[in-house]
Amino acid sequence: MQVSVPKSLDAALGLLAEDPQAVLLAGGTDLMVAINFGRTRPEHIVSIARLPELKELATGEQVRCGAGVTYTRLLERVRDRALVDAARTVGSPQIRNAGTLGGNLGTCSPAGDTLPSLAALDATITVASQRSGERRVPFSGWMRGPKKPALEPGELVLRADWEEAGPAQVFLKAGTRNAMVIAVASLAMVVDRARRTVRVALGSVGPTIIRATAAEEMATGLLDEGGWERPLMPTEAAQARFGELVAAAARPIDDQRGTGAYRRHVIAVMARRALQRTGAAP
Amino acid sequence: MRTRGGVGESIPRPDGPDKVSGRFSFGSDLTAPGMLFGKTLRSPHAHALIRSIDVEKAAGMPGVKAVLTAADLPGERLYSLHQPPDQPVLAASGEEVRYAGEPVAIVAAEHPEQARAAVQAIAVDYEVLEPLLDPVEAIRRGSVLRELTIRSGEPDTPADVVVDGYYEVGQQDQAPLGPEAGLAIPTPHGGIDLWVATQALHVDLEQVEACLGMRAGAVRLHLGGVGGAFGAREDLSIQVHACLLALRTGRPVKMWYGREESFTGHVHRHPAWMWYSTGAGRDGRLVFVKATILLDGGAYASSSGAVVANAACFGAGPYRVPNALVWSGAARTNTVPNGAMRGFGAVQSCFAYEGQMDLLAARLGLDPIEIRLKNAIRPGDRLITGQAVTGAAPMAKLIDLCRELPEPPTPAHPLALPGGAGNVASAAEVVRGTGFAVGFKNIAYSEGSDDYATARVRLQRGADGEAFAQVKTAAAEVGQGLVTVCLQVARTELGVEAVEIERADTTVGNAGSSSASRQTWMTGGAVREAARLVAAEVLKRAGPPAQALAAGHVLDEEGAPLAPIALFLDEPIEREFEHHHRPTSGLDPAGQGDAHVSFMFVAHRATVDVDPEAGLARVAQVATAQDVGRAINPLQVHGQIEGGIAQGVGLATMEEIKLKDGLIRNASFTDYIIPTSLDMPEVAAVLVEEPEPDAPYGAKGVGEPPLISSPAAIAAALRAATGRRLNRVPVSPDELAGLTECRPGWLVRPGRSPAEAVQPAPQG
Ligand SMILES: Cc1cc2nc3c(=O)[nH]c(=O)nc-3n(C[C@H](O)[C@H](O)[C@H](O)COP(=O)(O)OP(=O)(O)OC[C@H]3O[C@@H](n4cnc5c(N)ncnc54)[C@H](O)[C@@H]3O)c2cc1C
Repeated sequence: MQVSVPKSLDAALGLLAEDPQAVLLAGGTDLMVAINFGRTRPEHIVSIARLPELKELATGEQVRCGAGVTYTRLLERVRDRALVDAARTVGSPQIRNAGTLGGNLGTCSPAGDTLPSLAALDATITVASQRSGERRVPFSGWMRGPKKPALEPGELVLRADWEEAGPAQVFLKAGTRNAMVIAVASLAMVVDRARRTVRVALGSVGPTIIRATAAEEMATGLLDEGGWERPLMPTEAAQARFGELVAAAARPIDDQRGTGAYRRHVIAVMARRALQRTGAAP
Repeated sequence: MRTRGGVGESIPRPDGPDKVSGRFSFGSDLTAPGMLFGKTLRSPHAHALIRSIDVEKAAGMPGVKAVLTAADLPGERLYSLHQPPDQPVLAASGEEVRYAGEPVAIVAAEHPEQARAAVQAIAVDYEVLEPLLDPVEAIRRGSVLRELTIRSGEPDTPADVVVDGYYEVGQQDQAPLGPEAGLAIPTPHGGIDLWVATQALHVDLEQVEACLGMRAGAVRLHLGGVGGAFGAREDLSIQVHACLLALRTGRPVKMWYGREESFTGHVHRHPAWMWYSTGAGRDGRLVFVKATILLDGGAYASSSGAVVANAACFGAGPYRVPNALVWSGAARTNTVPNGAMRGFGAVQSCFAYEGQMDLLAARLGLDPIEIRLKNAIRPGDRLITGQAVTGAAPMAKLIDLCRELPEPPTPAHPLALPGGAGNVASAAEVVRGTGFAVGFKNIAYSEGSDDYATARVRLQRGADGEAFAQVKTAAAEVGQGLVTVCLQVARTELGVEAVEIERADTTVGNAGSSSASRQTWMTGGAVREAARLVAAEVLKRAGPPAQALAAGHVLDEEGAPLAPIALFLDEPIEREFEHHHRPTSGLDPAGQGDAHVSFMFVAHRATVDVDPEAGLARVAQVATAQDVGRAINPLQVHGQIEGGIAQGVGLATMEEIKLKDGLIRNASFTDYIIPTSLDMPEVAAVLVEEPEPDAPYGAKGVGEPPLISSPAAIAAALRAATGRRLNRVPVSPDELAGLTECRPGWLVRPGRSPAEAVQPAPQG
């Protein structure tokens, strides 16, 4: 096994161009687990853990978050609650100090906690390779399947960017433990009052992150009616309907972490609460 | 004059600083120059016939020094904690593998990766057979490891009210952080030294000698650093395999399991299916308990027999039960063997009998605590086995003290809400529930075993001219703090503060296992007696008016110092003592007999916060009062209580090995989840110190009670919060949210064998 530690982004891209089979190492919190399980035995590892180019984090109206930004830094700087609350649920302090946004995107699991939030923030992922330079991928096109990111050989993730969406956003995650647990179901909801959009994205209830579009439309309708600048106080019936629409979008399965029935149930519970909480937020 | 750091003081552990700073050497840290690495090939099938094993390719691979199969075994081919042994050291060609994970071949190579590659290159031709997985079906077919019935009084006595209940307990893993590990080093004279993380050096030794076909004395065992045990290290794991490879290659061989392999490489807590019927008078006094307690023993006997007996003996609870009929048994199936785990059978039946007490209380309109008080066992009462409780039995006092402990405030921080960091619940969605449970269990070995422990104590003058003592036993420090106990006992008896606890090995007599909450009593007792013999010799040498020893001095009868102890140590003094506890007897065909030496009692009250809609819970507090006899080291007792409660929270709310077709689906700490610090409740504990007449210093064991009734109390609290039945632990989110209920797959008459089980009529 060969381990390369390039000193610059260009050098890293050069190594990847030479050896497109090389496996990237950022915080290693997914990769090392896979190696320890014997699921993968990479011949060549390229460490991008220390590349300064991947650590940029610009906040404000327009957020740019480098692939190498750890959860701990993200928690300190980013203001979008959906992403902050997602980052807060990741692992333990040790994992949050090591794990990166780029690693979550690279692993591309439907249980990746930042992914529903990136979907609900309508983030764009910028990737780069030596051959084709930079390429921008909307989040909706990122997950080609479970563990199948839209990365071409020789490419790595540079950053994610999105527009800050105001305070009406939430992330909820259900699991069988009160911390450090893989999501049994998760939900991110962003009500961007300024831009008059609602986005709801679901994690761990299907092979990829799922956008609950019918539910989004329903919430949009409620806000159109009640006024985007005003608090939304959905009736019980509206909440229930919203929950049903979200649950209908889910495609959960039974596995050792939870049953499909529970996933469908709890995603509806979380949806009702998300509608309430985002509705109450300014 | 007073000796500091003796019995009763909360002195720090001697191995504490090394353990918390990462300097302590655990089993997996063992190393020797020129060592090879051993790996095990295991069956991927729950049940199969081995048609052939071809090791040729593997044996020729780079770095590979040995590939061994059953054909290479020099001694006994079977081993077990049970007699006669039934578990193959390696499954042989032409024979069956009986669980997924059963060892088939072992490899030693220069590098662990080479050993791993060689294991994968061994070609085994299996004929896959139908696995027997349903324990009721197994009993119906006579596939039984042990069954017994306890009958006392007239179980068919009519009662004013009768409640029937069905309960299940999932399969819990001991989840020690240190995986199985050891290092075998051949000696120049054909013998072997084995360093191993174990619970019982001599119990291992006997089995290793037999399987290696070696005479007594050729094998020596040394304790490797143990990273948690909880029962998982009572059965052999790497012991024989590492020795075989070392003997074959003439090189040191290290073996250690990864986390995934560890899940199939040790036994687990028996999952249980229990049918109960409990009768009481209108006043709440128990009239009868009838119970069927079915355990899955897995493929081999291990300690199933003793677990079956414990589940039965304690199966009616620490109550006055005039009439009882209890059937308890373990099925032999094609799953990973089940055996010892902290609580050892008493945990499973406690979950059922305490569920029954709550049902009774509800039916009678009584407070759950009142009904327990009304029935609480008292000194002199007889258990359902006919045995009188002769020692301390402060059950009612424990209940009273536990109920009086202050309850926790409602959660102030969002992380303390059910679901914690997941942000699902807000305070408005949370309801609180409280539950109460009590339990009891035996200390030490039962049913007529000759249970003893040996200690050697040496007192001499050190290079500094001061007296110092050395204590040698073969007892395993497994994290419980036995080294501290031995140190405190030696200080108290010898009046010498400089005491060294030597490393445990088999060059001294048997100490038995660090299990059954027995080592403080057994090895602590042996150290006390050996030290008393040494002290007597010092006093003899000093002559009158010497009366006692303390703070390094010989004292007169007024307690005034006469001379330093070191003055009498021109010759060192060494004494050895073998400490046996009072003999016990077996159980007769009606399950009657004085099978146990002593009992420990405990009460738990759990407070939980639940989000019933989302099916999420957090245990806010577990309050407990525990009968400890005497706390040799109160700080360590509290440590045991907190640790046991953590495992109780795990069993009640999350920990379960999930099997599919006999294969473990969650053999990792990613998917076998154990409580984190955010899941750990506040613990409020009071110790009740009523000295046990037979026990050294009056000290009972303390390790197991924290885990006996804490799961039952937590389940009761979850029921109180949700109004749901929750008759299975770990309670699933589905059950908590009311999506499903646990129903029996078979109908069994409580007290009768599941051999008579019938299938329930289909639903709807
Ligand atoms: C104990 C524990 C708890 C965890 N808890 C959670 C949790 O609660 N929620 C959660 O979502 N995850 C969790 N994880 C998983 C993991 O921490 C996250 O997915 C994390 O974001 C991975 O980041 P990393 O930097 O460590 O990635 P690495 O392990 O270094 O890499 C992961 C994958 O992404 C690829 N990769 C890394 N960087 C890039 C890049 N810039 N471009 C392209 N590909 C890249 C790697 O090649 C690899 O395939 C947990 C892991 C552990 C060990």
